[in-house]
Amino acid sequence: MREEDVIICRCEDGTLADVKDAIHRLGLRSVEEIKRVKRFGMGHCQGKTCGKLIAQIISQELGIPYEDVKPATPRQPAKTVKLSKYSEAGGQKNA
Amino acid sequence: MPNRASCVIIGGGINGCALAYELSKAGMKDIVVVEKNFLASGATGRCGGGIRQQWSTPMNIKFAIESVHIFEKLDEILDYETEYFQGGYLILAYTDDEVKQFEKNVNLQKSLGLDVRMLSPQEALKTVPHLNVEGVKAATYCPKDGHANPFYVTQAYAKKAKENGVRFMLDTEVVSIDSYNDKITAVNTTNGKILTDTVINTSGGYAHLVAKMLGIEIPVKPYRHEILVTEPVNHLFDPLIISFYHHVYFRQELNGGIIMGQGDPDEPSSFNVEGSFKFITEVTNKVSKLMPKLKNVSVVRQWAGLYAVTPDAQPILGPLPPFDKFIQAVGFSGHGFMLAPRVAQHLTDYIINGNMSDEIKNCSIHRFDNMELDVDVNVV
Repeated sequence: MREEDVIICRCEDGTLADVKDAIHRLGLRSVEEIKRVKRFGMGHCQGKTCGKLIAQIISQELGIPYEDVKPATPRQPAKTVKLSKYSEAGGQKNA
Repeated sequence: MPNRASCVIIGGGINGCALAYELSKAGMKDIVVVEKNFLASGATGRCGGGIRQQWSTPMNIKFAIESVHIFEKLDEILDYETEYFQGGYLILAYTDDEVKQFEKNVNLQKSLGLDVRMLSPQEALKTVPHLNVEGVKAATYCPKDGHANPFYVTQAYAKKAKENGVRFMLDTEVVSIDSYNDKITAVNTTNGKILTDTVINTSGGYAHLVAKMLGIEIPVKPYRHEILVTEPVNHLFDPLIISFYHHVYFRQELNGGIIMGQGDPDEPSSFNVEGSFKFITEVTNKVSKLMPKLKNVSVVRQWAGLYAVTPDAQPILGPLPPFDKFIQAVGFSGHGFMLAPRVAQHLTDYIINGNMSDEIKNCSIHRFDNMELDVDVNVV
């Protein structure tokens, strides 16, 4: 299968070829940097799917042990939450 | 590991990278940028990306207008798509005092050549059809304000700077600065010593710690500023919307996500950059009221960054006595991203040619000697 056809980040349409390009041409060395420059991990799933895949690709491409490749900083919310749910939760205090 | 540099820039954010580019373009060789993490990993990469000219002091207005002139050509100059978009800024007034202040601001801004106008609530509604104008007494609107992607602008400057020969040391922290008889001699980093006589402090929320390495106290304090982004939705509005009354701003990104941010005026200074539940409940509550259509849009991520705040919310630029080659570009108080392109040019002119512009003089550390300050009241 061509690297251009292997989807790594489903939310932002990132392929294996894109990730390798980010590492080799753009010189990015971490999941966090690739997230910021390529947006992989910024979509609906917040990197739950692509984060570990990208860490493995970095490990392979740069010859770094997988356990030494840091994940991106996890951010709230754990899954997407509607604005109205939050305002309901904080509504009393902020009314 | 370069052991000698003509100049060491501490901090690989927007100011560090823009300066690296401008200095290298002006012909300076052997520039090194030292960055603790990676490019735009601090305040720059966490900021809202807004670029506005609607300020309340002449210096900020002029600075911002000149910066916008650069942003308008930046993609071409740096050969990079930075997602710069001039969707305008719409600033809402909720009290008579705000209306009075905004009228004053608009007159001043117009006198300096800015295309800006007062809008009635109905005119504001025309500009942003989904806005809830209940309680809005008036608004100001500048169509040439806008936003850009802070990661991309930083990458764009860094890429060109690298092409010009600037060296970037990432994952490298400055631990101390050596000096002798009020002259800098070297910068010590976690990856070794760099001999240099010139240091530029562009370390954002950590600026005061860098100044302290040479024993100097500067009136810059870090404050957490929180922000969130929603899932991408269809295009709803162009301008970035600010309400100082509610301490909130929000804008729609080009990919459709809505960014919302606010500072908490009661929060003490700290290096905390975690997201809080207090923020997310407050900001969603406010924005749902300002634009009810957003109630059913989902938040995907919240984060925070540091505003490096000075007593008058204006940056500190230029040399820090007694060192004439310890140059500051710090204390932007939440508007460093939008001013950086022009600030880099002013400081380059000073460092290369010795020309100290009025802007640098106005922003010199000496203004705090007598603390008679021209405070910009337009800060959110």
